[in-house]
Amino acid sequence: MITETAHGPRINAVNEAAIAAGARKGMMLADARTLCPSIQVAPSDPAGDIDALEKLAIWAQRWGPWSAMDPPDGLLIDITAAAHLFGGERRLLEDAQALFRKRELAARLAIAPTAGAAWALAHYGPELTILDPDDDIAQRLSQLPVAALRLDDDVMTVLRRLGLKRLSDLSGITTAGGTGGTGRDAIMRRFRNRRSPAANPLVRMDQLLGKVPEPLLPVIPQHMPLVQRRLAEPIRHRELLDQVLADLAQDMSRELEGKAKGARRLELGLWRVDGEVVVRALEMAAATRDAAHICRLLAAKLDDVDAGFGIETVRLRASWAEPLALSQGDIETSAENQGTSLAACVDRLTVRLGSRAVTRPVPFASHIPERAQRWQPPLEPEPASQGELAFHHRPLKMLDKAERITVLYATPDGYPRRFRWRGQVHEVARVEGPERIAPEWWRERSSVRLRDYYRIEDGEGRRYWIYRHGLIGDGRGNDKQGGLPDWYLQGLCA
Amino acid sequence: MPHDTSPSIPQPLLKDAAALAVQRSARWKPGLSGVHHSEVFASGREGSGAAAALSLALDQWRGEHIKRQADPLAAGDDQRSILWVQDRAAVKANGRPYRPGLPAELRHRIIHVLAEKAEDALFALEEGVRCRDLAFVIGELAGNPRALDFTASRRLSLAAERHGVPLWLVRFDAGHDLSSARMRWEVRSAQSPWPRWNAAAPGAPSWHAELFRARSHPPGEWILHDDGQSLKAARPGTRPGSAAIIADNDTERGAGAPAAAYPVGLARPTVGRSLAAL
Repeated sequence: MITETAHGPRINAVNEAAIAAGARKGMMLADARTLCPSIQVAPSDPAGDIDALEKLAIWAQRWGPWSAMDPPDGLLIDITAAAHLFGGERRLLEDAQALFRKRELAARLAIAPTAGAAWALAHYGPELTILDPDDDIAQRLSQLPVAALRLDDDVMTVLRRLGLKRLSDLSGITTAGGTGGTGRDAIMRRFRNRRSPAANPLVRMDQLLGKVPEPLLPVIPQHMPLVQRRLAEPIRHRELLDQVLADLAQDMSRELEGKAKGARRLELGLWRVDGEVVVRALEMAAATRDAAHICRLLAAKLDDVDAGFGIETVRLRASWAEPLALSQGDIETSAENQGTSLAACVDRLTVRLGSRAVTRPVPFASHIPERAQRWQPPLEPEPASQGELAFHHRPLKMLDKAERITVLYATPDGYPRRFRWRGQVHEVARVEGPERIAPEWWRERSSVRLRDYYRIEDGEGRRYWIYRHGLIGDGRGNDKQGGLPDWYLQGLCA
Repeated sequence: MPHDTSPSIPQPLLKDAAALAVQRSARWKPGLSGVHHSEVFASGREGSGAAAALSLALDQWRGEHIKRQADPLAAGDDQRSILWVQDRAAVKANGRPYRPGLPAELRHRIIHVLAEKAEDALFALEEGVRCRDLAFVIGELAGNPRALDFTASRRLSLAAERHGVPLWLVRFDAGHDLSSARMRWEVRSAQSPWPRWNAAAPGAPSWHAELFRARSHPPGEWILHDDGQSLKAARPGTRPGSAAIIADNDTERGAGAPAAAYPVGLARPTVGRSLAAL
């Protein structure tokens, strides 16, 4: 198995024949070719490996109530109080080995009281080892190499340089003078700044011995609600498709109701007679299982479907569902006049106008006015933000891009007197300012100029928010000369 | 029996007709509610159109809020959002709403819809007024799009009145075409009142608003400004901001210049009667 890297193909998995020929994991393919010109390679597929491991983890739950993945190639199964169902731990391991062999998977198995010990035994211990809870783990595992602690490569290098090769070495050091302090203290000092378990051999050792808890993330299978209709006669007309869709939506809403869930994303697959599949995805602003609503939204997406010689299978799948409490239907007729809910309204708008058309402004921590507001999907919770300091007035409306204006003003930094915007001259009657907003130096280049904002009112009472971009001689700007500053109109005040 | 002479018109309707006649002669003043479709005409070069529409909508919403507080059956806290629909031309001319500049009680409620075409904007407006979780809907359209004919406008009016969600449509640089909006305003910026501290600075925003067509009110002109608590209306000509003059007493109006501006048939003088008592 090889992966393409910046420096050429690199080997990331080898079989036994290749090991015999001298190829190792992590080698460049070119180096391996010199050792064994006849080496066979295939591209690796890490995502596929993870998927397969995930499936395997769920399949392996036949031996215990939950299992966890240990990427890239391990599985941890909790068989606490479950081994007797298979006739004891020995029989369970034999059963597992037989089943893995049947699937042509090479597996090394071990049972131990802690996940760390089981991992160490499976990787570096003898085949099918079983460690009883009564055994002294430290003593039984003392001859395993330190690699059995699941450490990072750089930590392994440090330990190798220190000459610590076996697990027993870690606990067996004594200080040179013998004046107090054990080996453990020495290692603790060496790794005092390493917090993560994979970088600190002592934490790993404690996990192996069961002195420190080691939380694992179990794999929980999720079943996507799926409904489908196979049609005896392929359909070619829209009315029939709408009817099928209505039935499917009804089924889906029943299916979701049974699980007390609501769909956030639905995928509609239409299988045509000639084997083509048309897929339409629909994402909703809030979880729903309202069949009429789903139907209406999907119908808007089916206008451009080409039925060809006919559609024979229609499948609706809720690929993202969220818990939604069961609720009683409305009984009054007035409920029909009540109008739609906000989520339904947003869904309808999104389906017709696109998901980026419906947004909500949210504050963002920035001094630059146009950056101080961001747009996010309408029903998402607002991000946490610091309260805004309202020292200065802000305009009601902001132009998408500040428009350049020509201004008559007293140089270098006097009030604006008159300006021309979009072909009209405005006499400035009242001014407030300047409010100086410096560029965000931690983010922008050093040549960005500062802005002096003025809130102005012209002779007819129109209020605007304009700024002077830079100062004369500030040494900034595009040419870094600090030429005459430009003026821009950015906002329209109420 | 008066009932028998008009069996098709139930008694409450007759009463309504009488009330309507009184109401028709009532001049508009801030705090009145019940209008569900209004249009605000303004120039795209200034922020006054959207600002005035927002203030008028906010004024109506505050009135509703007071009513809700008095009503023991109403839900406690108003969590409703506001839909702000703009078409692309309106965004280009007048910009997008800017959250830090909005009134504090509306900042977290805005849901903005950007429609590429006027047809899409009208669709969004109609979906908005059909939604029960919206406090009001603000639309901004530039010019006189072909899609916004009398039928479309009537559709919006009916939907808004049926579902009780007020719609405020801001029309930038548009001619006064045919429309079924219940109130139609022409708004432009007015000189702001002098602020308290810095006399050289622009003051609280105020607008010159002309109500040129309304179903239940005679036309009129006001200088509007929002003081953060409520909308204040003063007669043009009075010094803005000097006092919150609710210009509804016609005795004041004797020889005032604006009086001549009203068409005779539409503005019925309510001599000496204060409409604040209605």
